[in-house]
Amino acid sequence: MNMDRELFQILGVTLRMSLFSTCISCLIGMPLGVLTGKGDFKGKGTIKKLTGTLMGLPPVVAGLIVYMLFSKNGPLGALGLLFTVEVMVVAQCILITPVVIGITESMTSINAKSISETAKGLNFSKRKTALLLLSENKQALLSVVLTAFGRSIAEVGAVSLVGGNIQWKTRVMTTAIMLETNKGNFSFALALGIVLLLISLIVNVLASVLVKEDKNA
Amino acid sequence: MKKLLSILLVAVMLLSLAACGAGTKTLRISTTTSVNDSGLLGYLLPYFKEATGYEVDVQSAGTGAAIQKAMDGNADLILVHSKASEEKFVADGYGVERIPFMYNYFVIVGPKDDPAGIKDSKDATAAFAKIAASEAKFVSRGDDSGTHKAELKIWAETAPNAETDTWYINAGKGMGECLTMASEQGAYCLTDKATFLSNAKNLDLEILLAEGEDMKNTYSLIACNPEKLPDIDTEGAKAFIDWMTGDEASALIAKYGEAEYGSALFYLIEE
Repeated sequence: MNMDRELFQILGVTLRMSLFSTCISCLIGMPLGVLTGKGDFKGKGTIKKLTGTLMGLPPVVAGLIVYMLFSKNGPLGALGLLFTVEVMVVAQCILITPVVIGITESMTSINAKSISETAKGLNFSKRKTALLLLSENKQALLSVVLTAFGRSIAEVGAVSLVGGNIQWKTRVMTTAIMLETNKGNFSFALALGIVLLLISLIVNVLASVLVKEDKNA
Repeated sequence: MKKLLSILLVAVMLLSLAACGAGTKTLRISTTTSVNDSGLLGYLLPYFKEATGYEVDVQSAGTGAAIQKAMDGNADLILVHSKASEEKFVADGYGVERIPFMYNYFVIVGPKDDPAGIKDSKDATAAFAKIAASEAKFVSRGDDSGTHKAELKIWAETAPNAETDTWYINAGKGMGECLTMASEQGAYCLTDKATFLSNAKNLDLEILLAEGEDMKNTYSLIACNPEKLPDIDTEGAKAFIDWMTGDEASALIAKYGEAEYGSALFYLIEE
């Protein structure tokens, strides 16, 4: 009974962390991705190379950087945020935002030019052009969101380091799986992994239903 | 789900087969992180190889996982420190005989200013009671390791509830990581002395209580039982146990750590 309650608590922390990291990294990354995908401007190549490089940032390194920033003796240590869900979200955003920028860029670059030319012909304002771009690429952007969500829910190295895997506080599904593996409860660890996959499945099904309804409307 | 499981199972079996095939005289030891982190095996194994010709693969994990790996047939012998689990391992037929051969002491480390005032406690039980009474932060391994089991044994019926007692931090991590966390949080922690000393320079912690009657930490060797587990290198396991309990290894173990830390990290059990 206690086990079930704890599992729900862990699932709650996992979802809270993943949803927040997905939202924040998409809010930052999508506009930047659309911007780089849309226009030709100086420094575009540099931005692309930079995001490409950061997409390959090993999670444990991102975790280490965040850990050192928020550590007791670190520059942000006074905030006392180490080993909290908040700091796990920070680490996740560092990892996921470049991915969001990268994929958004490559997806919007396909039709961004023609759309902005159309918008120009229709004398659209800048804001309206941006909105048009977003709505024309709705499906592509949804898959960006799902990718971001998938990355954040599956991540273990960084969240274990900065979150600390503390029971009833910062333990998420992946760190719980790691713990059960370390305890030697291999079959229970595998069962937890299946639960995690089921959640991923539910989120993906919900998302596809959402898009379909939108199309029918 | 059954299909997925069987695929995984086949993959695991293939991997362990591959591990068996490599090298003719390779001994597989499953041990705990505290033994491995102390560097003891790294120090002893070259001497063992010279004496017997055996290459040794050391896998380290918490005692729970270390024993589970042996029960899955992935080790020839185990070197662990949790009496109850060891006895069960032998009683269930997986191990031949439990051979306690060395010990050291768990120590309680904490912040220099010792907020709960545990310094002059007569043993760990008394110190834990003071920590609980003052609700000073305490980091627990929480990973079913030998150290975690030793900690729970000291708490006995007074074990805190991690859900409601927020000062009790159940980390679910290895010894080194728990010490780092205790250092960050200004918390107390029960640790084996060897791991603490080898990490001490990076930690804001001090040994506050050592060598209480209830803090003894005994390490045992158990050869896996070929009657229960197939493909066990019984000869190799016997060679290792004989060598570890022999004069050469005893002299080496008694010396280990003296040069670096000023005192030995492990003591031999006199027969």
